[in-house]
Amino acid sequence: MQTKNTKTFYLIPYFAWIILFVIAPIALIAYYSLFDLSGNFTFDNYKNFFTSIYLKLTLSSFWYAFLITLFSLLVAYPTAYLLTKTKHKQLWLLLIIIPSWINLLLKTYAFIGIFGLYGPINAFLNVFGFGETQILFTDFSFIFVSVYIFIPFMILPIFNALDKLNPSLIDASRDLGASSWTTFSKVIFPLTTNGVKAGIQAVFIPSLSLFMITRLIAGNKVITLGTAIEQQFLVTQNWGMGSTIAVFLIIFMVIVMIITGQRDKGANTNGKN
Amino acid sequence: MKDIVRAALTIIFVCIALFFVNDLLDKNSGKAGSDTVTIYNWGEYIDPDLIAQFEDESGYRVVYETFDSNEAMMTKIEQGGTSYDIAVPSEYAIEKMKEHDLLLPIDHSKIPNLKNIDPYFLDLSFDPKNEFSIPYFWGTVGIVFNPSLLDGQTFDSWDALWDPSLKGQVLLVDSAREVIGMGLNSLGYSLNSTNEKELQEASEKLNKLTPNVKAIIGDEVTQLMVNQEAAVALTWSGQAADMMWENEELDYSVPEEGSNLWFDNMVIPKTAANIEGAHAFINFMLDAEVAAQNADYVGYSIPNAAAVELMDEEVTSDERFYPTEETRDNLEVYNNLGLEMLGVYNELFLKFKMGTN
Amino acid sequence: MERTSKTAKLYLALIFIILYAPILYLIFYSFNSGGSMSNFESFTWEHYGAVFSDTRLIMILINTVIVALLSALLATIIGVFGSLGIVYMRNKSIRNSLLSLNNVLIVSPDVVIGASFLILFTMIGVKLGFASVLISHIAFSIPIVVLMVLPKLQEMNSSLIDAAADLGATKGEILRRVIIPFIKPGIFAGFFMALTYSLDDFAVTFFVTGNGFSTLSVEIYSMARAGITLTINALSGIIFIVTLFLVVGYYFISQRGKNPVGMGVRK
Repeated sequence: MQTKNTKTFYLIPYFAWIILFVIAPIALIAYYSLFDLSGNFTFDNYKNFFTSIYLKLTLSSFWYAFLITLFSLLVAYPTAYLLTKTKHKQLWLLLIIIPSWINLLLKTYAFIGIFGLYGPINAFLNVFGFGETQILFTDFSFIFVSVYIFIPFMILPIFNALDKLNPSLIDASRDLGASSWTTFSKVIFPLTTNGVKAGIQAVFIPSLSLFMITRLIAGNKVITLGTAIEQQFLVTQNWGMGSTIAVFLIIFMVIVMIITGQRDKGANTNGKN
Repeated sequence: MKDIVRAALTIIFVCIALFFVNDLLDKNSGKAGSDTVTIYNWGEYIDPDLIAQFEDESGYRVVYETFDSNEAMMTKIEQGGTSYDIAVPSEYAIEKMKEHDLLLPIDHSKIPNLKNIDPYFLDLSFDPKNEFSIPYFWGTVGIVFNPSLLDGQTFDSWDALWDPSLKGQVLLVDSAREVIGMGLNSLGYSLNSTNEKELQEASEKLNKLTPNVKAIIGDEVTQLMVNQEAAVALTWSGQAADMMWENEELDYSVPEEGSNLWFDNMVIPKTAANIEGAHAFINFMLDAEVAAQNADYVGYSIPNAAAVELMDEEVTSDERFYPTEETRDNLEVYNNLGLEMLGVYNELFLKFKMGTN
Repeated sequence: MERTSKTAKLYLALIFIILYAPILYLIFYSFNSGGSMSNFESFTWEHYGAVFSDTRLIMILINTVIVALLSALLATIIGVFGSLGIVYMRNKSIRNSLLSLNNVLIVSPDVVIGASFLILFTMIGVKLGFASVLISHIAFSIPIVVLMVLPKLQEMNSSLIDAAADLGATKGEILRRVIIPFIKPGIFAGFFMALTYSLDDFAVTFFVTGNGFSTLSVEIYSMARAGITLTINALSGIIFIVTLFLVVGYYFISQRGKNPVGMGVRK
């Protein structure tokens, strides 16, 4: 629809960004990954990645990223849906985003207090006769806080998809005698797949490299690839190995993109029907 | 479309206004244009009143920047692009910085207050003759514990941590040198050991600690111990002092088998722009009254003998934080083990961490 | 439109309570005369006084806000054009590789981004400080803008554009009158998420800053070792309240300008 000239003109900043801040860093990382600690050229870093530790880390990163994405979606979809039904929906949506502007480290410290043995949650549980429960440093607290961090990234695109949904479609479906579930699964959900997909990408991809809260909230009982990279860069100062893990993270991300990209075609044809 | 343009213009307008406000604040804080001294330090690691006092006395303007880990600080200094006149690394980092030629020698003739420093803290292995660094704060690694949550256990020995009654009660710091070092110390080995067999033994011993480990964390340990979330924690004396300030029930002990003695020293990085000013600042911080006030604010132990004289007797006679020389002789300073060995330590630590889940 | 049911309201209320709980917890302790986020001793305004007497902290806050707003704005502009380029890319495999490249910075841990940007800046000789921080924030915010804008663009019916073109609209007009209004929610979502990215970032800023320039995150993280003071809690409380007022105020002012009935029936 656009001529070559106007297209390139608009895209100059974006392509400049890709070259300078995406391709150049990738090249740099790939370059570093080929050197060992003493600066010799080697493929050892890549060999090391295929030892049990890193494979185990990869699996656990994917598992937790999957759980975080799943729960984010389960919480975000109904929230986004109900938000579209409120009177001042744009305002409510903004109110969902505002908490994410307060410093994450501070909020995490607050969660440590809230989840603590003598924190409000345990005080509440005590009322119902539960003894002091260890909430911190469990998978539950880790996933809870991660979902807390990522939830706006899931709600926003889903809200945007739902918001423009034509209500007459839903009415029509109802009039034709479809149950609420059928209306949802056959009419509403397929029309919001693009939003859901964007949300999944905005949550799943960064979840793979989560680090800080693996220590603060999970007490290092959850270790992800992000934690390992952080350690290699900052503690061991083995930039070669750190870069190698980063290269694999990027490869994993591309695989995820290819998989979700194929679904894209299906969704598009669905949407056009 | 119109509202988008309007929003964009509002943002630009707000930013210009804020720029203006910032510029005004900058000018009001005075001394704009005069020579600056840029200090690179840990956050909350100096009494801000002292910075103002230094500015008044010396006429220099202080630019204060902060870092959160030695390694990150070193990366920044090594890459250049910004000039720091003073930095405050820990001792093993100083060794590394020397190796990478990142430090400038300090001219002792410009620091007459050096006489205030206890000679015990001078001329140490990581910086012979204090050619490149001057001590700022120091401390130990030990065990902070809460007697009210325990039945009378004491921690004179590292082995006490392995007591089965402490199941799920022990917090460890997320740092390979400290945790592996504890394993080595508990077996009577040096915490600078590079002997493969000793390290293997230490790692096996640590694996037996796993059931007792509640979490492996960082600076949050302060909040957790103060809130009585756990009974015991492996930590640095500075943080232990912070905790005990908040919660008087806590106690601190350095096990007899030995432990780590650490230092944070002032250095002048290679990239320094105002070497005169850097020396003036170091000399200022070594002044007895200044050092005493700073120690009072930060709460860590100082190496400044003249300042210790001026401080509250109750603080300086506390052997947990100002241990006797005899106890100190039992402690070891970290040696720079080289990156290869550090990698080995971290690999062992990573395996230990993965075993705890 | 149907009214929201009781359970629906309860569900939303619960979500909002959870979202705001840690912030209220922080604010609660900002009034603690004891020095930390535990054991509330007695009520005090002292920490709020400390915020206003600390010029350096206020300047850091202003820096943080400027960087966040400007970087989000510029990232949104670049990101929107980027997504237009991606969506109208005819070749599918180029489009997919562009999308993958777009997401590289989202998947990369901050340390890696920070370290590689630092190397990049020192290589091309950018002076570390405001400019390098702003450029980095724009750089790592662009992908999230693209992610937020793309679904709206994909939803857009191409017949709409064709119709406009048939009616003789120029490309610029199509962009201004048809495309931008349609993807507006995506643009705003992208802008707000870019703000979030910028305000939250510690590691990248840490590496690329210098010459006295600092942001609130860098300041807070480096305090962790010796203990974060309640002054920071008080500051966060102030930021939170001011933001809340600004957002709610702006919303109602912008609503008044519009057709008041519009809200209810626009759907």
